[in-house]
Amino acid sequence: MQPDTHAIEGLAVTVLVSVGRHPVTGRSRRADQDARGVELARSLPGADIGLLHAGRLDAGNEAALRGYLGMGFDALTLIEQPENSDALPALAEALKAAPPQLVITGERAEQGEGSGLLPYLLAERLGWPLVSGLAAVEDVSAGVATVLQALPRGQRRRLKVRLPAILTVDAAAPAPRQSAFGPAQRGRLEVNEAPVAADVELAEWQFNPARKRPKRLKIVKAASARDRFKAAAAKAEGGGGQVLTDVTAEQGAEAVYKLLKEEGVLR
Amino acid sequence: MLDTLLPILIFASLALAVIGAWRRVRLWRQGRSAPVDLLKGLAAMPRRYLVDLHHVVARDKVMSNTHVATAGGFVAAAVLMVLVHGLGLAEGVLGWVLLAASATMFVGSCFVARRRRNPPARLSKGPWMRLPKSLMAFSLSIFAITLPAVGLLPDGFVEGSGSWVLALALCAVLVWGLGEMVFGMTWGGPMKHAFAGALHLAFHRRPERFSTKGGEGNRSTGLKALNLDDRQAPLGVETPSDFTWNQLLGFDACVQCGRCEAVCPAFAAGQPLNPKKLIQDMVVGMAGGSDAHYAGSPHPSQALGGKPVGEHRGSPDGPIVAREGKALVDADTLWSCTTCRACVEECPMMIEHVDAIVDMRRFLTLEHGNTPNKGAEVLDNLIATDNPGGFDPGARMHWAADLELPLMRDRQQADVLLWLGDGAYDMRNQRTLRALVKVLRAADVDFAVLGNEERDSGDVARRLGDEATFQSLAKRNIATLSQYRFQRILTCDPHSFHVLGNEYGELGGHYAVCHHSTYIAELYDAGRLHFKPWKGGSVTYHDPCYLGRYNGEFEAPRNVLRALGIEVAEMERSGFRSRCCGGGGGAPITDIPGKQRIPDMRMGDVRETGAELVAVGCPQCTAMLEGVVDASAEVRDIAELVADALIAAPASTGERSQTQEAQAAEVL
Repeated sequence: MQPDTHAIEGLAVTVLVSVGRHPVTGRSRRADQDARGVELARSLPGADIGLLHAGRLDAGNEAALRGYLGMGFDALTLIEQPENSDALPALAEALKAAPPQLVITGERAEQGEGSGLLPYLLAERLGWPLVSGLAAVEDVSAGVATVLQALPRGQRRRLKVRLPAILTVDAAAPAPRQSAFGPAQRGRLEVNEAPVAADVELAEWQFNPARKRPKRLKIVKAASARDRFKAAAAKAEGGGGQVLTDVTAEQGAEAVYKLLKEEGVLR
Repeated sequence: MLDTLLPILIFASLALAVIGAWRRVRLWRQGRSAPVDLLKGLAAMPRRYLVDLHHVVARDKVMSNTHVATAGGFVAAAVLMVLVHGLGLAEGVLGWVLLAASATMFVGSCFVARRRRNPPARLSKGPWMRLPKSLMAFSLSIFAITLPAVGLLPDGFVEGSGSWVLALALCAVLVWGLGEMVFGMTWGGPMKHAFAGALHLAFHRRPERFSTKGGEGNRSTGLKALNLDDRQAPLGVETPSDFTWNQLLGFDACVQCGRCEAVCPAFAAGQPLNPKKLIQDMVVGMAGGSDAHYAGSPHPSQALGGKPVGEHRGSPDGPIVAREGKALVDADTLWSCTTCRACVEECPMMIEHVDAIVDMRRFLTLEHGNTPNKGAEVLDNLIATDNPGGFDPGARMHWAADLELPLMRDRQQADVLLWLGDGAYDMRNQRTLRALVKVLRAADVDFAVLGNEERDSGDVARRLGDEATFQSLAKRNIATLSQYRFQRILTCDPHSFHVLGNEYGELGGHYAVCHHSTYIAELYDAGRLHFKPWKGGSVTYHDPCYLGRYNGEFEAPRNVLRALGIEVAEMERSGFRSRCCGGGGGAPITDIPGKQRIPDMRMGDVRETGAELVAVGCPQCTAMLEGVVDASAEVRDIAELVADALIAAPASTGERSQTQEAQAAEVL
């Protein structure tokens, strides 16, 4: 899988893992994107990988977290947090206390807020660069990582990022390996204490079950099969878009507001 | 001179055999401990040998007579040899009996020799080719040295006639015979099967398989549960010494007759599995070394030349399957098995191949997390959604939306609990289920279903080695079933039948389970179902492994077909020798490539009978056989055939005669 397979000795990698939620039954499980993050970390030869989770520990969550241990780990560090607390300060403290060179995580959680903002907020707090939507880490040497970022339609962009850095993965990253029951049961959950910060904003939120949004139909006016094929295989054209440069914040907001109105998102 | 030499030879070979036996026992004792009643086993051994083993051997009449003559002659000759020539008790009848025994053995060995002239491919060659000569050497030399003892030749004839050469030659032949038959029995060689086999029968891990004076043994086909509470214990079998000691003993008992190889569907399909080679690999692992000396057919593989022998090696504490590279066996070999039990059914040594394969699969799944192909996905689905397809558990009853099936939750009790199985999600099997419901309603059966409370029985998870998921599903199913009252469970899925009936018991769920063919046969016999005569073409019946070999139900489906007015055109391999459809043991999920597909071969069997329709009784078999391209026969479940033939009960005979009279009156 790796084009360059020389071992990167002692590369400290921390994978942030969360408790996922099965889309059909809602049972807790290892989150798919986080598990892909673990798999990506495992593909780095010679990396010293730590698993980190901040959250509540109960029977359902434990089974899900053990799912990560079943991918071949002895231990998982758990920062115990009560429900409805903000995981950000706890994670930031833990990462500051023992800074790894790479932090890998999924794009967004499968339950709770699932806003996908955590990696960005963490990067802001730590002052580290962040690369999103990773497909592979090609090489790490001399404090710089060469990574492949996944773009739509199978395109890839090669980036160099200075370490330490935060990388997020989505469905383009390699599929996670099977979680084995034996190692999962034998692995340790090392519980660490950390400051608890209540999530004030969260308390004011209202939670509703998600609704499936209707998909916009793509109307293809094509006379022949060839045209239909071309339309199906064509790249998305950003014809209607508009690039704003050197504008004030107000002008930018104005433009976004106008677009949302046009699209019927805001009424 | 012979008088002094013979006791020395005999007792020396016996002493060496004892040392060899001790060494062999030490090899077996590398295995894990197992609860075995040693004395009871030894006491039961003669009966197990003479009755149960002989029943299997007797399926081949010539071979069984050959074995009776050779083995019977040998045992008698060996015991008498010690008495007559070792202890010098030649007086009276003993010498004559010894002559008869060695003569019988010689006749037997002639048949063994005849079979070895053009041996079928399934037999191992190598050292086995010298066995008839060794048998002859032993029987002839014993016969010759006994002649003077009974007075047929004058005492001292051999030496006395001045021919020292003759005496020495006779001794040499005797040494050869003793070497193979006594020394070789415990030090390795073809005769090892007699020593290890006798003890294997005594200390078998499934003693309930054997008949007793009280009656027949049961089939004992349920897998044994793994203790998951001990977190430190390794799960499954990683190294040969992780087997229990009596499993290792069982492997050592293999006589390399290759009957398993001849019936194995995976072997016939060119998948990399040969049950005989697998057992021999375990013997190699137990003793340490490479498989270079194996003299039978190898594991086939995609490259039709087969997997070359001699590249795999192992040791008692080394891994059986390597994470990377080669060890004792390749993982593909273990995942090729369909768990059809044809090998176990056919094995004259009563070796439990399927148990061993599942034990090794358990390690691969539970410790390595290495279930191939779709295996991991199916197991994840079973964990998250309680069905292998990953469907919404709330959608389990969608197929029956219009049938208004009574739910156990509403009824709390019923005579019959209809277990739907995961076929409830499969559009093909839904037709079978609807047919079965129609039949039950026609017979006015009081039944109910669990509906969405039902989960996968755990069959696939268990056979893919995921004992944890199996036990989780089983315990939750048992908890659900314990809430309701019912006489018995009815299912159209033999896999659920087997798991509910034979494997839930160990976890605390004891149920009377029956297959729909059994139940329909009972309903018909009770006069609750009436069929119109069969108008279709010729029909054959495919025995599902999990109904037939696993649960011994061969007759009921045939009785139902007979009741329908169908005369079954039997396939060559039917009944307990039925060939697998390829759908068991998670084989369609792990999907190990071969040179042909197992269901194609089975449809070939169907074509040979000329049948236009093949009746089945299993959703797996239906799916596998219907997947055959350009098949010559239609695939229908027995329930569908019955549902199509249903007619209202004809008016009772009394009424009928009245109406006939009335008609007659009108005519007049």
